[in-house]
Amino acid sequence: MAELNAAEIQRYSRHLVLPEVALEGQLALKAGSVAIVGSGGLGSPLGMYLAAAGVGTIGLIDFDVVDASNLQRQVLYATSDVGRCKVTAAAERLRALNPHITVNEHNVRLTSDNALDILAPYDVVVDGTDNFPTRYLVNDACVLLGKPYVYGSILRFEGQVSVFDSRIGPCYRCLFREPPPPGLVPSCAEGGVLGVLPGIIGSMQALETIKLLIGRGDVMVSRLALFDALRFKWRELTLKKNSECAACGTHPTITHLIDYDDFCGMKGTDMADDAQAGVREVTAAELKGKIDAGQPLVLIDVREEYEWDISNLSKFGAKLIPLGDVLERSAEIAKSGEVVVYCRSGKRSESAIRHLQAQGFNNLINLKGGINGWASDVDPAMGTY
Amino acid sequence: MTNHAARTPRQDVARTAVTVLLPLALRDYTDGADTAEVAGDTVAAALTDLVRTYPELRRHLYSDAGHLRGYVNVFLNSDEVRGLDRGMDSPITPGDTLMIVPSIAGG
Repeated sequence: MAELNAAEIQRYSRHLVLPEVALEGQLALKAGSVAIVGSGGLGSPLGMYLAAAGVGTIGLIDFDVVDASNLQRQVLYATSDVGRCKVTAAAERLRALNPHITVNEHNVRLTSDNALDILAPYDVVVDGTDNFPTRYLVNDACVLLGKPYVYGSILRFEGQVSVFDSRIGPCYRCLFREPPPPGLVPSCAEGGVLGVLPGIIGSMQALETIKLLIGRGDVMVSRLALFDALRFKWRELTLKKNSECAACGTHPTITHLIDYDDFCGMKGTDMADDAQAGVREVTAAELKGKIDAGQPLVLIDVREEYEWDISNLSKFGAKLIPLGDVLERSAEIAKSGEVVVYCRSGKRSESAIRHLQAQGFNNLINLKGGINGWASDVDPAMGTY
Repeated sequence: MTNHAARTPRQDVARTAVTVLLPLALRDYTDGADTAEVAGDTVAAALTDLVRTYPELRRHLYSDAGHLRGYVNVFLNSDEVRGLDRGMDSPITPGDTLMIVPSIAGG
């Protein structure tokens, strides 16, 4: 086993004097390797605490670039990192924090084709991803590789933490047998997330990862912790292995990685494609042209009131009718003439149009890219969110 | 419960009160409520009472065939209902909490 040099002994002294960690535990951390899937809200505290703690090898897996809207919670990044490759910027930060460790950069999207190869060399896999397909992919890869999977998930004010290890307890699929249908559960981009929440949940994941590596304490295997930040309440639930689990049950059907977008219903069905094909679209630049030309048209904003307060097209006569009220208030929408419907990104307005078309509307046009598209292409002073 | 009791209007029957904790994703169908007080002697009866109060929830909790949907996880206190010996017929005692655990994927 590796040894610690004088600089490392000084750096890790607060660990070395903890009997539960001590030199043995610190050497285990140094010999340990952790893959962090996703360098975002959860990945930020995970990376920083695991690097600071002296985990010898950290693998960062992400394919994205830093966006200004990340900075409210992704504390790995500085304002000057906006536009940079996340994994590169994060690796730089972690190496600056602790030059005694190795940081591997995996600047790729984790897929069924590469997941086993990428994750295989690591002792522990930690999940900081932001979507259901990747979570099922990471789980199944960990089951197939026989590795512990440190799970954390957040939305708005809610957080979840667990450690799935199919060798000694349930896996993610034992609990979440099926993904929810697309659209039922919002993403953080759609639903929002309090910036400090990934700090709390990601730190809990780092805690469990460190315990796994040093082999001390009671790890969150077979338990799920739920945190309600708004009410400051923790709840703990007991999880059981599902003998019929498709991944880790007695007769598993998942013996290799599958198509996770398909599994989570993210691939367009014929019906969805037809519906989409039936919705007319206008780009922000085209809409600006129509307005400038004095073409008569009506603008309907189907976002929530708090989003209207961020930005809106009221100066062009836009009217707010939140998606949930659209059918009830459809009488307020003109059935003739051009009516342009918009939301943040174009998804909700498309859904509103489909519902209204089922009621007989045939004059509705979706603003492609939503008000964010308008802000990017027509009115940069407005700002995207 | 006898058949006679089952037919009796529920306000006339003393049934076990239980609190249901609802996840964010389902609150669009509960007028925003994050908890609901329902009555029922079993998990199944309590959930039936829940969808009686909030009919829009039914299609999100149950398949057309009337089975609890695969992505809906119900816990009676700290235990998942599917893993209990009597499953959805597990008895409820006063003060119990039913929780629908949300699937969330943010990171």
